[in-house]
Amino acid sequence: MFLALRELRFAKARFGLMGAVIVLIAILMVLLSGLSQGLVKDGVSGLQELPVTSFAFEKDVQKDSAFTRSVVDADTVETWKSRDGVNDAAPFGLALVNGANQDGTQVDLAVIGVEPDSFVAPEPAEGEGLLDANSVVLSAHAADDGIAIGDVITLERTNVELTVTGFLDGQHTFGHVDMGYVELPTWQSINAGLPLDAALPEGKEGEFTAVAVKSELDTDALATADEEAGTTTMSLTESYGASPGYTAETSTLLLIQVFLYAICALVAGAFFTVLTIHRKPEIAVMRAMGASTGYLLRDGLGQALILLLASVGLGVAIGCGVGGLLQTTAMPFALVTGPIVLAAVLLIALGLVGAAVAIVRITRVDPLTALGANR
Amino acid sequence: MTGLQITDVSLVLGDGDESVTALDHVNLSVAPGEFVAVVGPSGSGKSSLLAVAGGLSTPTSGSVTVDGHELVGPNNRELSRLRRELIGFVFQSSNLVPALTAVDQLRLPTTFGKFDDARDPMELLEQVQMAHKAKRRPHQLSGGERQRVGIARALMTRPRVLLVDEPTAALDRARSQEVVELLAKETREQGVATVMVTHDHDVIKHADTVYVMTDGRLEKQD
Repeated sequence: MFLALRELRFAKARFGLMGAVIVLIAILMVLLSGLSQGLVKDGVSGLQELPVTSFAFEKDVQKDSAFTRSVVDADTVETWKSRDGVNDAAPFGLALVNGANQDGTQVDLAVIGVEPDSFVAPEPAEGEGLLDANSVVLSAHAADDGIAIGDVITLERTNVELTVTGFLDGQHTFGHVDMGYVELPTWQSINAGLPLDAALPEGKEGEFTAVAVKSELDTDALATADEEAGTTTMSLTESYGASPGYTAETSTLLLIQVFLYAICALVAGAFFTVLTIHRKPEIAVMRAMGASTGYLLRDGLGQALILLLASVGLGVAIGCGVGGLLQTTAMPFALVTGPIVLAAVLLIALGLVGAAVAIVRITRVDPLTALGANR
Repeated sequence: MTGLQITDVSLVLGDGDESVTALDHVNLSVAPGEFVAVVGPSGSGKSSLLAVAGGLSTPTSGSVTVDGHELVGPNNRELSRLRRELIGFVFQSSNLVPALTAVDQLRLPTTFGKFDDARDPMELLEQVQMAHKAKRRPHQLSGGERQRVGIARALMTRPRVLLVDEPTAALDRARSQEVVELLAKETREQGVATVMVTHDHDVIKHADTVYVMTDGRLEKQD
């Protein structure tokens, strides 16, 4: 890469301009990745943290709102639990409610109803677990909003009073709302819109949203189990789509990211096309002097790779710097190494593809044009 | 067989009624250390002669050898190798690479392959009296200076044949004489077989042999 390096140094302004565009794309990519991870975290971190492999919902439930529409009963849990390959199964209730603590601080909750001795029961990192019917264990995220252990949260409509007994480790949210674990009967009352001491309506006893399943079953085996239990199974990851707004948010951001990848490839392609056309006379001279096609391609692609590596590297560094600041704000933003590395690698790879398509023109330059006045 | 041997070479460009005979049964033999000038009006086939001699064009018939290596027949990859190992080109208005300093222009051809006996670039620049401008780029050099660097570049890999295309096209009379004198001197000192194509009759006095090209036919001038 004798020539590539010297050209980069010689035409600093030209390559700098091109590099700046890639830097900006890379910054944008990091920020979008952070935003998308932040939204994922806000949307489904509570589900991600569960020791669950799949949920069995009511048969033929609408998949994008399964958590709010599905109703299953205790028999279904038993059916699932008794199946071979299923390690555990437990009732799981989910309801979105609003409330406020004794100081009037608003708390929006995804109330999760579980049996305290089941495998989905909350494991508090601070305080204690579910002590009685009024006890609630909250996402640690709620502590940031000013809720503390011992606070009493009064729910709207039902006036159910819940005492915060513990906090989970880290953020547990569902649909941008903190999760609060309560005992299953408490959840059933809240879900039915009744005070805790009122009797549940006929047939409502023993009902909840879904069966939380922990199994080693593959997709086919799950489908068979579904058939026999009369349920609709979604894997844990599939169930993310049932979190309000999750699919819309992630698909919009994904679309923007796909566009950015395409833009990166096109920008690199356009730049190196112009550059290669501009370099045609000297390429003809070098080919006449005996430079092989391989030599010229290596040189050109090496140059593109250096430019892309430096630009994407700088962009990611700046993006992470800015992202670090955003992370401390209320904005749903999370810098996660995996997706950022993936984005950087894809930017470099696609930029290189764009550049390669342009640089391949080198092979079509006729060394004969070096002779005569063809300059 | 050392030097350059062009034997009964014809080159027909285009096809059918449009075809043009660029070279018509040309024979040319240049010995190591010999400086041959080829003159002729534009369109007479001078550039075609250089193209064929340098393995850039494949003749319709005939044979071209450089130090015994046949240039008619091998594939492009092999021709590339033969060019970088055996042939030096000096182009019209030098055609230097804009991004490179004078000394890097000389280093460039040695990066194309493995050359164990490549010349020392600074020493060679000294020889063409350009050592004091080794760090200058082409746009900071005059036409004559660029041509000197171009000649030095062609000699870096110790070629057996030096093919020179209109070296004085962009130069004034005094510079033209200097550049061609330099070519003649290097040809003799390096023992390289040199063919210079030119339409500038003032500079042919430096050549050992002069040929005239007319409508694709090559004739020795007395």
